Amino acid sequence: MATQQQARTHSGIAQYSGTWDKKTALHLLRRVHCGVKWEDIDRFSKMSMNEAINRVLDIDYSIPSPPINNYSERNPDPNVPAGQTWINDYNGTFNNARMGSLRSWWFGEILNHDDTIREKMVLFWHNHFSTQTQVYNWANFGYNYVQLLRNDCLKNFKTMVKDVTLDPAMLVFLNGERNTKVAPDENYSRELQELFTLGKGPESQYTESDVIAGAKVLTGWRVNKSNGNVYFEANRHDETDKQFSAFYNNTVIAGKSGTQGPEELDDLLDMIFAQQEVAKHIVRKLYRWFIYYDIDETTENNVITPLANIFRNGNYEIKPVLEALLRSEHFYDVANRDALIKNPVDFTAGIIRNFDVELPGANEYIGQYQSWATLYNTARGQQMQLGDPPSVAGWPAYYQIPQYHELWINSDTLPSRNKITDAMISYGINISGTRYKIDPIKYNKKLSNPGNPNDVIDDMLLHLHTLEVDQAQKDYMKSILLGGQINDSYWTNAWQNHINYPNSETKATVVSSRLAFLIKYLMNLAEFQLS
Amino acid sequence: MKRRDFLKRVAPMSLLPFAMNGQPIRAYGKLLGSDAEDFTNTDNVLVLIQLNGGNDGLNTLIPLDQYSNLTKARPDVILPENKVLELNGIEGTGIHPSMSKMKNMYDEGKLHILQSVGYPNQNYSHFRSTDIWMTGADSDEVLESGWIGRYLSEEWPNFPNGFPNEDMEDPLAIQIGSVVSQVCQGVAVNMGFAVSNPTNYYQLLSGKYPEAPDTWAGKELDYVRTVARQTNEYSVKIKAAAEKATNLSTLYPEGNRLADQLKIVAQLIAGGLKTRVFVVSLGGFDTHANQVDPVDSNETGNHAFLLETVSEAINAFQDDIEKLGIDERVLGMTFSEFGRRIISNASTGTDHGSSAPLFMFGNKVKSGITGVNPTIPDNATAKDNLAMQTDFRSIYSTILRDWFCLDEATTDNVLLHNFDKLDLLQDTCQTTSAQHLKNQRAGDAYVTNYPNPFGDNTTIKYFSDGSLVNISIVNTQGQIVRSVVNSEIPRGTHEVMLDATGLPSGTYYCQYQSGMTNQTRSLLKIR
Repeated sequence: MATQQQARTHSGIAQYSGTWDKKTALHLLRRVHCGVKWEDIDRFSKMSMNEAINRVLDIDYSIPSPPINNYSERNPDPNVPAGQTWINDYNGTFNNARMGSLRSWWFGEILNHDDTIREKMVLFWHNHFSTQTQVYNWANFGYNYVQLLRNDCLKNFKTMVKDVTLDPAMLVFLNGERNTKVAPDENYSRELQELFTLGKGPESQYTESDVIAGAKVLTGWRVNKSNGNVYFEANRHDETDKQFSAFYNNTVIAGKSGTQGPEELDDLLDMIFAQQEVAKHIVRKLYRWFIYYDIDETTENNVITPLANIFRNGNYEIKPVLEALLRSEHFYDVANRDALIKNPVDFTAGIIRNFDVELPGANEYIGQYQSWATLYNTARGQQMQLGDPPSVAGWPAYYQIPQYHELWINSDTLPSRNKITDAMISYGINISGTRYKIDPIKYNKKLSNPGNPNDVIDDMLLHLHTLEVDQAQKDYMKSILLGGQINDSYWTNAWQNHINYPNSETKATVVSSRLAFLIKYLMNLAEFQLS
Repeated sequence: MKRRDFLKRVAPMSLLPFAMNGQPIRAYGKLLGSDAEDFTNTDNVLVLIQLNGGNDGLNTLIPLDQYSNLTKARPDVILPENKVLELNGIEGTGIHPSMSKMKNMYDEGKLHILQSVGYPNQNYSHFRSTDIWMTGADSDEVLESGWIGRYLSEEWPNFPNGFPNEDMEDPLAIQIGSVVSQVCQGVAVNMGFAVSNPTNYYQLLSGKYPEAPDTWAGKELDYVRTVARQTNEYSVKIKAAAEKATNLSTLYPEGNRLADQLKIVAQLIAGGLKTRVFVVSLGGFDTHANQVDPVDSNETGNHAFLLETVSEAINAFQDDIEKLGIDERVLGMTFSEFGRRIISNASTGTDHGSSAPLFMFGNKVKSGITGVNPTIPDNATAKDNLAMQTDFRSIYSTILRDWFCLDEATTDNVLLHNFDKLDLLQDTCQTTSAQHLKNQRAGDAYVTNYPNPFGDNTTIKYFSDGSLVNISIVNTQGQIVRSVVNSEIPRGTHEVMLDATGLPSGTYYCQYQSGMTNQTRSLLKIR
């Protein structure tokens, strides 16, 4: 596709000054939310762009209700009553059950996210600071890890790196807790530089000896599995001076002993964060997450470099970078829209959120957790297992050249995606004898003019589709609503009949079955995979 | 429904055990090693032709014996008496002059006509009446599944799990054209493969697709579409079948929307698809205005054009399947959601009415006509409609029993009502049910039960992959009447007893769900 390059935009990070309408608001919401509710398009398009972006970035950092004991029926827990949280109880007997509770709960947080970008950022950081539950295998650590990502998601990146370094899940996952002066373990030191901060870009020239020196700095940290406390054991710490390479200007981190030992971590981070590449690496990852995977020279110059400057000059505060990105003309450039392939979590949660599918409420928490588990497993079946990225590098869709996001779509996952949308519009998720599925009538009622088939199709196309659609395609979609009849008024009358006689099952079925066929059709189009 | 009939006809499907431990049973039939390779009665194909909008029956099949009352009732659309084509051997019944081809088919015994087909308590809404025809519901009954969908899920109960497979590689039904309908909707999943519109199916056959825009989004769209094409095994099969056969008839007219669809159907059947049902459609029959052209003494106009389209298309199709040598196993049927009013309106048209004639064609139909001319009242008013002579579901019953070879009990299970079959088809169901048994086993079984039919209880056997399993018993209205399993179940096969005491007798569905995997079995409670 040689011509593709011509379509590449030259726009940079100057503030977008074009029209702010439903399309632009929807574009923002698709990228920062995990599925967009119809009413949110309207609400955000009525704000100014700056108000909308402020709303998205204004995280209140309140702690959501924690995961609970949903397992007592099968597995009675003497320490934690049914329906109460287990996060402060470190009894390992129930670890598997709690791990299940944690996974469901995490998916529930995504489904029920607020106006802000928080859950999308938690997912971003999970992909960036990857850990695997099957390795650290401790539900309490898992909860603490997710909470860390949530608390730090839009604050200071340097602080976040320090927090992650001393996070129990990470200390176990990358062997930080086993890293001693006698047997230094380079695992964390390597990933800290290669993946978490500097990356592997051409200007990232740290050496193997830097990995070894970094590992020595990081010796001595321990985790207490019975309460989650992280502590420093001075007698396991390497107290020698650590010599770094020319890339780090031959820095020497002076060995420290006793209670001063932990300060070496700050010295190490100061040294790493003095490098230009840190900001560029993170900005490139944000770009691939929020815009597109291909970063050519123009984009590097017009977008990555100025955003990296903002990041560095702002002392690694995350929010100003995202603010600049989400306000930029580059972000709203038509050439850059609709080009992301939804990741499986986004896709799965998106079905629920797009149609505001009702799931069991907190008063029936067992069913609620079951529904979340079903959706979690659905995303896992599409090759995105929350809590367990395939490696420390995260999901290949965000780093694997040249396919990147396209890796989400293959001969196994695409039929599985179609199966899920078909399921959610037909039989749904059955929890204790109740079917939770897309309600086409409830959805249509929200649209601007539910009795007019042309308006219904325009609204659904805006919401569920991405690209421009020609009249022939629209006519086809209308024939679904009209069941092959030619007169628009047949739809209008059928809808009005349902509104006038809401208790008539026949009248409801006439409209709901046709809406369901249309929605199913739209969800089966390739466009529905894009964001 | 006669209880003792059910007892006599315990279907072989109910004996199917769920034998393999730890795996859903894929192609389980092979383990029995006793399948007779007998396909002779089972490759019958049904082609449904939907005439959308409500076809005017009185101007299609004309009761010439009541021409004067008819002239009084519909002066604005009446056809000249001497132009109506007389059907061979039937006095007083004629066919529209545009339908000379179908008249010939009738005369040759390849067309069977049914007079005044409809249902009690006619509904005059297009949507609702279409749904009634598609689902086979009573006028006041809501069914969300289609009659073909229910038939196919009786025949292939494991679908779509483990499909396509070597026993059934092809779509069970193919719906072509611009209308998506409920007809192939099964109790849980749609049993049909929709080739969504004509452009789309030419694309499918030619492999040419529209270009995506020249942007990053266009690049990704192309990518997803490519994977979709490569992944959709049914698309691949359809394309391969189309490449294997060429239409042999020279009679297909140009620019005939119905012929365009039927041509492809003939090609696909001849190309070896095992697909049982094809659904095609032609719109425009909602002739409230300009149904006829008075300048031409009402002989031309929109309706004449539509009937000509139908007649020429069906004739060419019949010619084609004969030349292709597949005429012995293809049966066609036209239907429309209703007929039109006896009296004409002021816009040289007719408004929505009730019963109307229906055509069945093929080399296996019995020649002749079922029913008599409808009675046209003297001084008909807008309130008058034609009385129903044949319930459309009797025709469905006939097709299920005499074309698809179901027994009476299974037919009742599909139609959810008992309708007597009619004498429309030559004997086509004389061989064994080995293929039926094979179909029962094709794919992956996640749930089954025995005995079936049953009295107060039946054992449900099911498979779990270790996650949450939900099994519910649902009535024909879609309401859940029993929740049988609803928890995380260890991997393997399990059994649970369904206590059905207190449930009224009749058809139920056992619906299994685990994750996004769903399977439905029909159950029959008999006392």
